[in-house]
Amino acid sequence: MEVTGFDTWVLSLAVFLPLVGALVVMLIPKAYETELKLVALGSSLIALVVGAYIAIQFDYGAAGDLQFVVDKGWIDVINSRYIVGLDGLSLPLLLLSLVVVPLCLIYSWNHIPDPGNPKAFFVLLLILSTGMNGSFVSQDMILFFVFFEVVLLPMYFLIGVWGGEDRRYASLKFFLYTLFGSALMIISFLALFFLSKDASGELLQTFDMRVLTDVAGVGIIKSTQVWIFAGLFMGFGIKVPMFPFHTWLPDAHTQAPTVGSVILAAVLLKLGTYGFVRIAIPFLPEGAIAWAPWIGLLAVIGIIYGALGCLAQKDMKRLIAFSSVAHMGFVMLGIATLTDFGINAAVFGMIAHGLITGMLFFVAGSVKERYHTLEIARLGGLLKAAPRMGWILGFASMASLGLPGLAGFWGEFPAILSAYNPGAGLSEELFRVYMVIAAIGTVLAAGYLLWLFQRTAFGEPTEEFAGHEIADVNRDEWIAWVPFLIGIVLFGIWPNLIFNVTDDVVSGITASVEAIAAGS
Amino acid sequence: MEVLLAFSRPALDWHALAPELTLLAFGTLITVVDIIWDDRSKRAMPTLAGIGLLATLIPILTLAVDGTERSMFGGAYVVDDFSLVLKALFLISGYVVILMSVDYIRDGDYYENEYYTLMLTSLLGMVMMSSSRDLISVFVALELLSIPAYMLAAWRKGGPRSNEAGLKYYLMGVFASAVMLYGMSLIYGLAGSTTFEAIAQELGSSEANPVAILGILFILIGFAFKVSAVPFHTWAPDTYEGAPTPVTAFLAVASKTAGMVALIQLVFVAFPGRDDVVQPFFWLIAALTMTIGNLIALRQNNIVRLLAYSGVAQGGFMLVPFAVAADAPARAVEALVIYMAIYAFMNLGAFTVVLAVARKTRSGEIDSYGGLFQYAPGLAVAMTIFLAALAGIPPAGGWFAKFGLFRALLDAGGGWAAGLGVVVAVNTVIAFAYYARVLVQMWFQPVPDGDERPIAIPGALKAALAVTIIATMAFGILPGLVGHFGEVSVLSALGG
Repeated sequence: MEVTGFDTWVLSLAVFLPLVGALVVMLIPKAYETELKLVALGSSLIALVVGAYIAIQFDYGAAGDLQFVVDKGWIDVINSRYIVGLDGLSLPLLLLSLVVVPLCLIYSWNHIPDPGNPKAFFVLLLILSTGMNGSFVSQDMILFFVFFEVVLLPMYFLIGVWGGEDRRYASLKFFLYTLFGSALMIISFLALFFLSKDASGELLQTFDMRVLTDVAGVGIIKSTQVWIFAGLFMGFGIKVPMFPFHTWLPDAHTQAPTVGSVILAAVLLKLGTYGFVRIAIPFLPEGAIAWAPWIGLLAVIGIIYGALGCLAQKDMKRLIAFSSVAHMGFVMLGIATLTDFGINAAVFGMIAHGLITGMLFFVAGSVKERYHTLEIARLGGLLKAAPRMGWILGFASMASLGLPGLAGFWGEFPAILSAYNPGAGLSEELFRVYMVIAAIGTVLAAGYLLWLFQRTAFGEPTEEFAGHEIADVNRDEWIAWVPFLIGIVLFGIWPNLIFNVTDDVVSGITASVEAIAAGS
Repeated sequence: MEVLLAFSRPALDWHALAPELTLLAFGTLITVVDIIWDDRSKRAMPTLAGIGLLATLIPILTLAVDGTERSMFGGAYVVDDFSLVLKALFLISGYVVILMSVDYIRDGDYYENEYYTLMLTSLLGMVMMSSSRDLISVFVALELLSIPAYMLAAWRKGGPRSNEAGLKYYLMGVFASAVMLYGMSLIYGLAGSTTFEAIAQELGSSEANPVAILGILFILIGFAFKVSAVPFHTWAPDTYEGAPTPVTAFLAVASKTAGMVALIQLVFVAFPGRDDVVQPFFWLIAALTMTIGNLIALRQNNIVRLLAYSGVAQGGFMLVPFAVAADAPARAVEALVIYMAIYAFMNLGAFTVVLAVARKTRSGEIDSYGGLFQYAPGLAVAMTIFLAALAGIPPAGGWFAKFGLFRALLDAGGGWAAGLGVVVAVNTVIAFAYYARVLVQMWFQPVPDGDERPIAIPGALKAALAVTIIATMAFGILPGLVGHFGEVSVLSALGG
């Protein structure tokens, strides 16, 4: 499809408009607080409008192909190009990222956490946004790497400056873990660059992800693929985060300011899982097949470990953070099955987890703001004190535990089901064991989420807060939360909204993996 | 008489020597002006020195446009693209250092004229170094760049630390020169010639000769002192801390780059056949330098010492491509040139911020950076960019430098190269841990004494900041800019 006129610009606009906004905000003096907030919000909203245009213009009949492709020279000396494009896999994630950022800006409008300084806060959120949007549309490994890294520093500062008590430790831990992963990731990217061959055995020497998807690792022997995959596994697995690299996550989430947690949960973690589906598996199918049982194992350990971790938590935000570990375990299990069904479920799970856990973090943030604590034992009676917020918490908890009819269900249930019959010649017995363990994980999930809801929302408010007036959901919060709530219901009732878009890409990937598996 | 008559003057290519002559002329001019006008000329000195450096860039440009490779004195002195790129790099770094020096030297009431004369002389040595393809011209260039630097390090005569800095640097430098000279004498004895070309031919065919191995090692170790590679780095932190800060920046960037340039020419032009000695030596030295430099940097409380050890570690990164010098020569040289160019700007930038902040806090402690973001957001953002670049985080420039290393290593391939790649990866992470300590102070901590007066930054420092920030970001976002320099230089360096 030839891309012409305005369409050649749309992806770049969606990516760079927030950055332009950030630069403009930087030039506005601090004293003009309303103006700079408006500029920040405006730039992210225009980016969202561009996103809507992309969603409308997108040819859903050809969701498996890259659209709006732009291919321009960038770093000629290393043969890296500015290639952006999006297909059915990128589209939902790009939209998620485009939606979340303005909502976070609105939520923060009057709620800049201590020590204030809305200018810096908004600038960092906008830079973060550019990094996330860019990662989802990059079709060149080096470009992807640059965007992937751009998100690090803003998030580091968001946690470090506006975070809780232990923010220094948490922000550094987050950064060092991710940096280590990405250093190994870039080594793997370079290995792919130097080793990839086309069908006739010619060296390709390209970072073009389209080409590398097409050749699907032909010409790289299996043992090498396993090593390169290991590097990618570290890069993406730490970001997801997978057990045992998850330890940065509870700290980062607990200490981050509310919108930091929301963006972390809603979008940043998805960069990892997206990397597996977009890069690791299609580029190195044999490596993926060799690693799949181990990924599955770590995924189910993550599910159970995350759930047990939740049961032990005394802090509401930390509990939600551990639930993220468990949920990302389901996503990774879906990916590890290497089936069409499983990976589709995983992509759905990414979106669902983004909406639901993002919502939970929003509520946690608002609770913290009102009670100045998130210690579960001190909370209670939220339904009495602030009934709307209490019900929203209940709703999000239900969605999170995978209640059918809400979005969470479609991420979890098919992922578990797909493990019954894994693809690419993976051991059925093994994956069925994983399936049973994952199913137990859902029971635990119901346990800890309902227990959380019970302890915080039911009953009378604790003595400590008995006389206090607790404000219910306010206007800014409604504006920020309603889209999340609508999304959770909409995708729950009508999951094909996402499945239809992602399926073409995913079936393309699994077909090539199956072909390799059958051939070897 | 017979001998004297037999001497015929070698043909001089005046165009090729124009940069060196221009520098020399300006160095002399400054001295003459000083003698004639004495104190009245002080104010004009930095301007004059700056103009001298910019004027020197003109013949470099004309030579680059001309494009022919010029070789003089039987191949001892070569002007090719590689040397031109590095000459330009030295001059621009020197220019930024002069911008950094203006107010520091004036406010401190130090000798101004001599300062700039010595700086130009040292730069002349560096400019010569990038053309030297002969043991003697390398040695002459090295001494020419080092001796003024010894004096500059001790420039704050009243301060015992500065004296210590100068003395330590001098003693270690001379010792290194001695080791190197001994190595050179061994190599000369074997090859019967001092030009790199002849040495390359001779050494390539004397595989098993232990004298050759010893000679090569001694020469390399001599330069390892210069680039402060572990375990020959011990002078660096004390010298860096004691020397005037602009001089420290000069040593950390220009002087270190000059050492690297000498190593490049030795390894790739003089010892290309001796990867049996060169590669393992550099593998070990690079891994040690990165790791130990980083680990010690973690424990520093003074910003200059932190930057000194970070410089040691960065030097370790720069030594990495030498470890695959024979397996992937083109990529290795490219990675080195790119690394040196980006390193120059990001490190000079960091030192400029240190200078600016010290104008207010009068302190070099990392704690004194507390709350910098609140009262000097511009400087805090600038420092963040430089530290991010040093740590290798896109989109600040440093990532492309690190990328070049990985590229050279993976192009060489094999377990050893990949292993070194993992060492680099681990060190990248360690390095961020201490860069983050400065970030933490600037962004997360309150101002130590509640003194939130803004910092008045003099114009020259602002100019230095502007140059370094623009260069650092440009290299990060459009790495093609610097990438092309790397590519041009490779071919001719190998050909020469």
